[in-house]
Amino acid sequence: MSTPVDIDQSRQGLGGVLLTLLAYAVALLMFFPLFWMLLTAFKTEQTAVSLVPQLFFTPTLDSFREAMAQGSTYNHYAWNSLVTAVGSTLIGLVLTIPAAYAMAFYPNKRTDFTLVWMVSTKFIPAVGVLIPIFLVYRSLGLLDTRFGLLMLYTAMNLPIMVWMVYSYFRDIPKDIIEAADIDGAGVLQTMVRVILPLALPGLASTALLVTILAWNESFWSIMVTNHEASTLAAFIASFRSAEGLYWAKLSAGSVLAVAPIVVLGWCAQRQMVRGLTFGAVK
Amino acid sequence: MAIVELKSVSKRYGDKGANAVEGFDLRTLDGEFIVLVGPSGCGKTTTMRMIAGLELNTGGEILFDEQDVSSVPAKHRDIAMVFQSYALYPHMSVYDNMAFSLKLKKLDKAKIRQRVLEAAKILDIEHLLDRKPRALSGGQRQRVALGRAIVREPRVFLMDEPLSNLDARLRVEMRAEIVKLHRRLKVTTFYVTHDQVEAMTMGERIVVMRDGKIQQIGKPNELYDSPVNMFVAGFIGTPSMNFLKATRRGARIDGEGCGFAPAQALLDQVDEGAAVWVGVRPEHLRPARAEPAGGGAGRLSGRVEVIEPLGAVTLVHLRVGETRITAQLEGRPQVEVDDELTLECDVESLHLFDLEREHSLGLQATPRTESSVALG
Repeated sequence: MSTPVDIDQSRQGLGGVLLTLLAYAVALLMFFPLFWMLLTAFKTEQTAVSLVPQLFFTPTLDSFREAMAQGSTYNHYAWNSLVTAVGSTLIGLVLTIPAAYAMAFYPNKRTDFTLVWMVSTKFIPAVGVLIPIFLVYRSLGLLDTRFGLLMLYTAMNLPIMVWMVYSYFRDIPKDIIEAADIDGAGVLQTMVRVILPLALPGLASTALLVTILAWNESFWSIMVTNHEASTLAAFIASFRSAEGLYWAKLSAGSVLAVAPIVVLGWCAQRQMVRGLTFGAVK
Repeated sequence: MAIVELKSVSKRYGDKGANAVEGFDLRTLDGEFIVLVGPSGCGKTTTMRMIAGLELNTGGEILFDEQDVSSVPAKHRDIAMVFQSYALYPHMSVYDNMAFSLKLKKLDKAKIRQRVLEAAKILDIEHLLDRKPRALSGGQRQRVALGRAIVREPRVFLMDEPLSNLDARLRVEMRAEIVKLHRRLKVTTFYVTHDQVEAMTMGERIVVMRDGKIQQIGKPNELYDSPVNMFVAGFIGTPSMNFLKATRRGARIDGEGCGFAPAQALLDQVDEGAAVWVGVRPEHLRPARAEPAGGGAGRLSGRVEVIEPLGAVTLVHLRVGETRITAQLEGRPQVEVDDELTLECDVESLHLFDLEREHSLGLQATPRTESSVALG
């Protein structure tokens, strides 16, 4: 005979199974486009556009060869992506850390408003500020420059960085800052020797996230660069031609573009999940 | 070591906010152990934070050895503080936690090592020096926090409820340790607590605070014997002092279920027919002996509601008229719940307080405390 506890447990068990199935379904749904892209990259153009999608076929590296035909071009785009993504992340961290420090440990009555205001800038569609930014960049000679793109990416990711780092800093007890103050540490020493080591997991996941965001960014890369500063996003877009889309080549190009960041994300996934839930769960 | 003086120190948050601390006056002796005690929100921690320099005083002056430090940042005040949460640096070992301030002072490594080892020896934490704080028990963390403070050899020690996170047994142990440490180091110490037992057992002088104001400053027994108002009388001593409303009638002061014959000097403070609060400590009550042999200056009778045997003593809660009172009786008295019980007390144990302003009647406040006594 089952006791009420047993019934409760079996219900929980059933719910648990359903939830797990749902989680798998969502994961599959999200993974499928990537999976299909990877598959298409190894197809010929013909098999790629065949009306009946083909799951089993003879894989070929032709599309990769064609995408890499001008090997130096890929490297050029990849280098630009690396410089702008990593560079904007580093500059972003340098600006974010003191801002988040001040907001977390010396808040005033406008701190919350400032934070919301900063994040609200992310609500504006990028295209809404395209013309002013384009004009400013043109007059400053920043169009198609790595520096120009780097600045844009920094500005684009700054609100989210400040918000995240602020929430990590908020988790550090204020007593520790005061203890450092009494121990004779100045602001810089407190930041470098006490706060940063404590917030390192959070800082790492923030850096990783915004690097990914900058790496994957395509709108500004396509709009304000032509060739010199173009990133891998523009590289992928370049596979569009007047005759239509070359799916296999496009997929191969996309695989080449996302591969470095996927590998990075894969290696650091534990860190990222920990960092992303750091502030929220507490 | 320093003489710390606070002159009319006040703290106000915002332009329109109430004063968190108001007119705080105190001058310590060199090496004195001062305890700030009071209920939550009384301003004791704010006062300590102002001494530390973690908060700026909005009024008055804070002097260390006659030098105004009101606008000196915390790191230049040469103080050490032990926080309620310990506030150890989680990513550093015990050694590094203790050495941190010395490294910032750029002392040479050998000197730092010597000072840390000395402090570790005093606190018996030599074997923990390589551990991280998370690998320590609460008591060990507390010792490390103390160690971090003493390696600095500061002019003033500040301790903000440092024992409140420890269990009862450990708290008693650490209480004694801190007192011993103070005797050894002789550094002027401010100790904040809401626990009046801690205050009584540790403080050379105690500052009782309420609503941001000093109620009374005195040695532990002074506060116990001669509280200046009902708040201090009720706050100092466990269980709390009993208060009964009574009216002067001739040479006696009588209330519902109680009657007292105070000393003439005390009686003179009360007008004929005027009502006052009579205060009697629970430990000064005893079962009344049969009259006329019974010689107590006060007698009160009531019905027993609760009996709490504590072994050596028994707490008896009884209702006298409309008032609930507590008596701490020796041993194990033969009383039962619902019994009618008559208690008596001696003349010297009686305290009288003004009915409205609640200040002590007949107590000549000493000049030292007079200026700082809040009389409602």
